[in-house]
Amino acid sequence: MLVEEKEMRVLSPTAILGYGFPLDSFRRGIAKGPHVIAVDAGSIDPGPYYLGSGNSFTDYKAVKRDLEVILTSCYDLGIPLVIGTAGGSGANMHLNWCLEIIREVVRENKLSFKAAIVEAEIPRNRLLKKLELGKIKKLFPHEEITLGDLEQSTAIVGQMGIEPFIKAFEFGADIIIAGRAYDPAVFACYPIFKGYDKALSLHMGKILECACIAATPGSGSDCMMGYIRKDHFCLEPLNETRRCTTTSVAAHTMYEKSNPYLLPGPGGALDLRFTSFEQVNEGVVKVKGSKYITSNQYTVKIEGAGLIGYRALSIAGARDPIFIGNVQEIILEVKKRVEDNFQDLIDPYFLTFRLYGRDGVMGAMEPLKNYACHELGIVIEAVSKSQEIANTICSFARSTMMHYGYPKRIATAGNLAFPFSPSDLEAGKVYKFLIHHLVEVDDPMELFKIRIAQI
Amino acid sequence: MRLLELAEVIRSKNASPFELTMDIIFKSERIFKQIVGQRVITTSTIAKLYQIPEDKVVSIIEFAHARAIKITIIRPVSSGDLGDTDIYGAQQHAPLMNWEIEYQGVNSGNGGGTG
Repeated sequence: MLVEEKEMRVLSPTAILGYGFPLDSFRRGIAKGPHVIAVDAGSIDPGPYYLGSGNSFTDYKAVKRDLEVILTSCYDLGIPLVIGTAGGSGANMHLNWCLEIIREVVRENKLSFKAAIVEAEIPRNRLLKKLELGKIKKLFPHEEITLGDLEQSTAIVGQMGIEPFIKAFEFGADIIIAGRAYDPAVFACYPIFKGYDKALSLHMGKILECACIAATPGSGSDCMMGYIRKDHFCLEPLNETRRCTTTSVAAHTMYEKSNPYLLPGPGGALDLRFTSFEQVNEGVVKVKGSKYITSNQYTVKIEGAGLIGYRALSIAGARDPIFIGNVQEIILEVKKRVEDNFQDLIDPYFLTFRLYGRDGVMGAMEPLKNYACHELGIVIEAVSKSQEIANTICSFARSTMMHYGYPKRIATAGNLAFPFSPSDLEAGKVYKFLIHHLVEVDDPMELFKIRIAQI
Repeated sequence: MRLLELAEVIRSKNASPFELTMDIIFKSERIFKQIVGQRVITTSTIAKLYQIPEDKVVSIIEFAHARAIKITIIRPVSSGDLGDTDIYGAQQHAPLMNWEIEYQGVNSGNGGGTG
């Protein structure tokens, strides 16, 4: 395919759909004539609950606000919109949630689009077959996949590469709403579809997917423009108070990645060993020299989370120096009392006391183990197979700790300060990441389903 | 000298739900080169600082483009699993900040080298 124009401008409004952006920045971007708007709508960072439960970590009203601004602009300008990892985790429940918001915005603003909807949730039986064929590979440092992981994960998603997006453009889609996607692909697909270099497009996508996080001062809720040309790309923040510097852009290249020189994705890896970063003017950085290494075997990363129980929490504080000084021994005694009181209980439970002010943030990795503090935040946490048992254990641990008569105690009325009534909270379902593996495929499209709809 | 005084950015974040990656971006090219040359940030010093076995330190990579050293370790538990304390892994960098590093930085100025 021939490069039709000298440059393509890709507008990234925000780091995650629903995180917002200033209208001034967005308008400045629109005034520069973007050829496409692309936005990442999710992340695995908020943890296993969201993928496992089917809920989004972003808020309905906040996502709707962003979509309203973006969709009306795309409609007015006649430019495409690409959304990846819809609904936060990109399984079908998330995708449908995002679609519902899009339909609402379209209806209320009298818009109309030819939409391509790309599903990334993979039917379990297809993966069982892959497992049988030995096509699911371990991804360091996680363990080998088991049949149990596949059976216990509520929904399993695959990270799509650029191919399903390009197929959607070939179908003539105005907007693409995709489930779980490799973040850079969301931004790189349109330039690649139009003939721009794959390595540069993907590298630009890696930076644009977080919008202004790559600028200084950084922000996850402000707009960034990417300009891709034949042999380089440039990045420009769309807010006058932010700048891209060679350091901020290079630093973002390595963000959330273990190896800054080799960034693996579906079907290959970005090779940044020969990349150079150049300050074009105050605020704009030019990048060139990035290469792409195609893998012999195309692999897709799959993710899945499974239900492991139900959680109950109690939040308290302590201010008594004698209690604080003895808290570790007190916790051991309280745990013993709980165990003794419920020795007939068949279901196992997990009971822990998080001590903020001591090692609540870092646990065993905390270097300041015996640092004196004048007050302590305590989160009592119980997890078990049912909500009822989690509630029982949490409640009993809380009342035992409240009135526990530890040695040398002089405050005999109570040991804990509760900020809330009720003191105990049902935190509901608890999930765990079970699947984080690679699947070998014969065709990059194999695991993804595209449907076209007029909305 | 505390690492905090030599760096412009010290941060930590998940790199997948199973790994934690920490970036130290130095204030200048010179400091970066000096620290790299001194070989003070190693598997063994990181393991000691974080009180983890050395085989939990996945890699320590110098990234000259960003004047940075990137340290990746295996998470004690995966993000969100029972006992996790930091789902995003965004607050595990603090021990690096107060790390006392013997920095033999050359003072610019009168050129009185101490050798």
